[in-house]
This record gives sequence, C-alpha cells and structure tokens, in this order.
Amino acid sequence: MIKLVGVSKSYDNVTNVVDNLDLEIKTGELVVLVGESGCGKTTTMKMINRLIEPTAGKIFIDEDNIQELEKNALRRNIGYVIQNVGLFPHLTIDKNIAIVPSLCKMDPIKIDEKVKELLEMIELPYDEYAHRFPRELSGGQQQRVGVARALANDPDVILMDEPFSALDPITREQLQNELLNLQETLNKTIVFVTHDIDEAIKLGDRIAVMADGKIVQYDAPEEILKNPINEFVETFVGTDRLWKTPDMLKAEDIVSKKMTKIRASRSVAQAIELMKEHNTEVLVVVSKQENNKDEFVGIVGSNRLRGISNHDTKMRDIMKVDITRIPSDMPLDAVLAIRKEKNLRFSPVFENQTKLIGIISNTSILNVLSDIIPESEAY
Amino acid sequence: MNIINYIIENYALILERTGEHITLAGIAVLLAVSIGVPVGFGIANNKKLAGNVMKVANVIQTIPSLALFAFAMPFFGIGAKPAIFALFLYALLPIIKNTLLGIHNVDPSIREAARGMGMSKTQIMFQVEVPLAIAVIMGGVRIATVTGIGIATIAALIGAGGLGSLIYQGISMMDIPMITAGALCSALLALFADFILGLVENKLTSPGIVKQETI
Repeated sequence: MIKLVGVSKSYDNVTNVVDNLDLEIKTGELVVLVGESGCGKTTTMKMINRLIEPTAGKIFIDEDNIQELEKNALRRNIGYVIQNVGLFPHLTIDKNIAIVPSLCKMDPIKIDEKVKELLEMIELPYDEYAHRFPRELSGGQQQRVGVARALANDPDVILMDEPFSALDPITREQLQNELLNLQETLNKTIVFVTHDIDEAIKLGDRIAVMADGKIVQYDAPEEILKNPINEFVETFVGTDRLWKTPDMLKAEDIVSKKMTKIRASRSVAQAIELMKEHNTEVLVVVSKQENNKDEFVGIVGSNRLRGISNHDTKMRDIMKVDITRIPSDMPLDAVLAIRKEKNLRFSPVFENQTKLIGIISNTSILNVLSDIIPESEAY
Repeated sequence: MNIINYIIENYALILERTGEHITLAGIAVLLAVSIGVPVGFGIANNKKLAGNVMKVANVIQTIPSLALFAFAMPFFGIGAKPAIFALFLYALLPIIKNTLLGIHNVDPSIREAARGMGMSKTQIMFQVEVPLAIAVIMGGVRIATVTGIGIATIAALIGAGGLGSLIYQGISMMDIPMITAGALCSALLALFADFILGLVENKLTSPGIVKQETI
C-alpha cells in the first residue's frame, strides 16, 4: 500500500507543482496518474522513490514513512521504468538486469538464475539475448528489458514514467498487453504515469486524473468514462471516448428505466390506452404473487395488440413469456448481437437474474448513441 | 641517402634523445591525466565552476609555448623540470575539456535510471559515467600526447634534451640529415604514441558503445 498524505511540492515557494495531495494505492493495484504535461503527475510519482523530495506532507509505503528510510535502500526496493528506458549501453543485457541485485550484493548464482527467469518472462531467450548490448535490440525489446530490470530485485512497488510513450503504436499496444499479463501473475503495486487517456483506461485498475497539482477524480476507468466528476474530466476524457471503447458500455447503461406496468388481467383496450398515455411501445406485465407483491411475468409490445378484436383477450394471453434475460453487466456489443440473432424488439434487463431494471429498445439505444457521439459530428 | 647513413651512424644518440623525449612528454601527460580527469569529474556538476576552469585552461593554451617554457624557468630552473611543467599545463586543457564533454554526453535518462535504481553518486561515477565517457576522455589524452610530443621539441631550448636538441644542433651546424632525423623521429613517435593510445582506448571502451566519429 502506498499512501500520500497532504503532499505538496513547490520549487519557488509560490506555486505548488503538487498541491496538498492525498492518494491511497492499494497493494496489488495498478494506478494510473494521467493528465496534461505540467499537471504534477511525474512529480507526484518521483516523490514516491524520493527522486524529488516533497515540500510538505508525508508518504507511506505500507507502514513506513519513506522520509525515515535510507534513500538508496528505498529506491532499490522500488522498481523504476522510464520513458527513455535508460539501459546502460556499456553493459550487456544480463548485466543490465542484474544491476540492482548486484548493488544489493545478492549471491551471483542467484542473480544469474533471476536474470534467466526474467528474460524468459519477457520472451527474450537467454542464449540469444543475454550477452547482447542494448543498442543491438529494438526499442520495444529494450523497454522489455527495462521492465525486467525493474523486477530484478522483486520489489513490491513499481513506478513507471510514461514507459511506452516513445514506442511505435503497434509495439506500444504489445507492451501494454504484456504488462497486463505480467500484472495478472505478479500482482505488484504499480504507479503508472501517462498523458495518454487511452493507455490509462486500458491499463488502470484505478485512474487518478490530475490537473494543477491536484487529483480531480480518482476512480475506476468505467466510472471516469461514465460519470466524469466535472467538465474538465469530461473534456479530458473526450466526449467520444465511450464510443471508441464500446466494450465499456454495459446493458445497464443503455437501458430505458422508464417502464409502464400493466396487470396480467387487463384487456387490450386498456393496454392501448396506457401506451398512448405514456407514449411507449412496450408494457411490462405484472401479476400479484402469493407474497402479495407484483412480479414480472412478461412483456407486451404494441405489435401484439394489433388486430385483436376479442374483448375477452387479456394481457396474460398475448404477452411474451419466453424472454431472453439480459444481465445488467452484459457489454453493449453482446446485447446487440443477441438482439440481432433473436430478432428482438424489446429486451428486458435484469439485475442478479431476478430484478427487472428496465428494457432495451431501439429507442433507448439510439438515445445513448446520440448522447455519446460528439456534437461536432452530429448532423 | 645521407639521412639513413646519419641514423645508422648515430642510432645510440638518437635512441637516447628519443628516450628523453618520451620521458618529457610521458610524465607531463601522465600528470595531466591524473589531475585533469579528477578535476573534470569534480567540476562537471557545477556549470559555473566548469566554465571558469575551462577559461583558465583556454588562456594557458594561448600562451606561446616558448614563452611558457621561459615563464617556468624562474620557478624550476633549467632542464627537464620546467619543460615537464609547461608540457603538463598544455596537456591539461584537452584532457579537462574532453572529460567534461564525456560526462555531459552521458544520456540524462541513463543517469536518471541509475539514480532511480538506488546507485550512490560514487557508484554512478565509476559504474556509469567513467565507462561511458572513457572514449571521449581517451580522445583528449591522445590529443594531449600528440601535441605534447610536438611541443617537447622546443623544450631543448631550456636544456631539457629530447629530440629537439638534435634539431637545434642541426640548425646551428647546418646539418640537414641531423635536423631531419630529429624531426622524423619526433613525428614517428607522435604517430606511434597515438596508435598505442588508440589500442588502449579500444580496450577500455565497451563494445556496446557506438563511437562517435571525431574530427
């Protein structure tokens, strides 16, 4: 666990680059600090391994106040990955990875084992790569070694300062995926700095959006996307963001929660009247159960009412009962696929399999889309 | 071929003079390295100090060599001592300058990574800066050595001996082969020293470092 309490940094005693910042990062969590350049994200990160000393406030790693630890010992126990990699060009790859363990006077045989293990993990075969020099590796390979180097001393905490920003888009995506895979097994506490909101959303368990040395919003990526706390976050995230990452949209986000209920015993004429009144094309049919509560039993769409002249026809006779229940956390693309496959007009959405929270119709989907498509592109 | 005859007949003398020459230039350069390199490392992080030291070294470089030898005489008398002192001063500039250059050329991200990994200042100096700057520093040593060997010929004027004495003796005796022998040996010595130092430089430089083409 990393905890920043009231941390400030000022270089001129007038403006605070980092301003009275509180931040708690749980063990095993990957937290992304994201913001425009100059927002204080890198400064915040560098205070955690004391490359920069705070002007005020305290920083704890687990229970230890890092100000009370010896600087170099602290840094050797924190992995550090930077944008320009910073491998030592005069040392071979194995020696580069071994730097921190060597500084800590680890047994050379153990170091060798560790180096082999790490090279295997980053998929650079030992025999082929261990004795090469950094300049003989591609940018992506170099940064993989950079990550391996940061892991060499088995640190619990890793700091990553825009580690993938200098790479080409394809390599960047590869390394992002590899990091996620690694994190799955390693479960390190990672502080990741980037200016790229896409990267933040992709990697972060939680994202801290920063501006002017403060954290504007600290939340899970989904929350940041769906419920930006203010206009700044909204603009920073981009109004078209959800549209670009539709897998973040869940059934519950596109559902229309305005439901008009009708009892199973009601007639067709009453149903038509209700639809007119509530300006809807679908009714939720409920009936009283033994526990005296209304329970959902089916739905009736306007198409089912058409051409029925028999006055004795009740809702229970014409309602649709074999209903595909959409779980509330089903992603948008899956919802669309089911609707297409089964040719559904109305899809009731359920929370925990039982509780009806609303109905997805073409209208509700259109409403969501028109909300998230940027205004400039709407025509 | 008078020159060849001269060398064959006087090889003992020429060897002796060459030995003196090597001693003059060699001691001066060794002194300059042992002082100039540490000074370079010491002042590298202090821009203002580094600038001032460079200014002084530049000024020394502008003093005509003959005058510098003459200035050294009141303090060291005549002979090898004032010559070595003057040669040492000449050698300082390229060595300090290249040491500073070598350190400043170290990619800041490498230094940042080193700090971030918990290396102490001394560890960064010996494990990062020295190995990365060594090629540039050796470049300075080579320049200092080659110019030192050249300038050392003038040292004969203050009684320091060396190959210069062959040249000056030859001039006063109008003995062209003698002059040529002195000049030729001095030039060959400079080339040879540069070659050897080049080998040393290659030996000290990690193959991981791409050497920059130097002019």
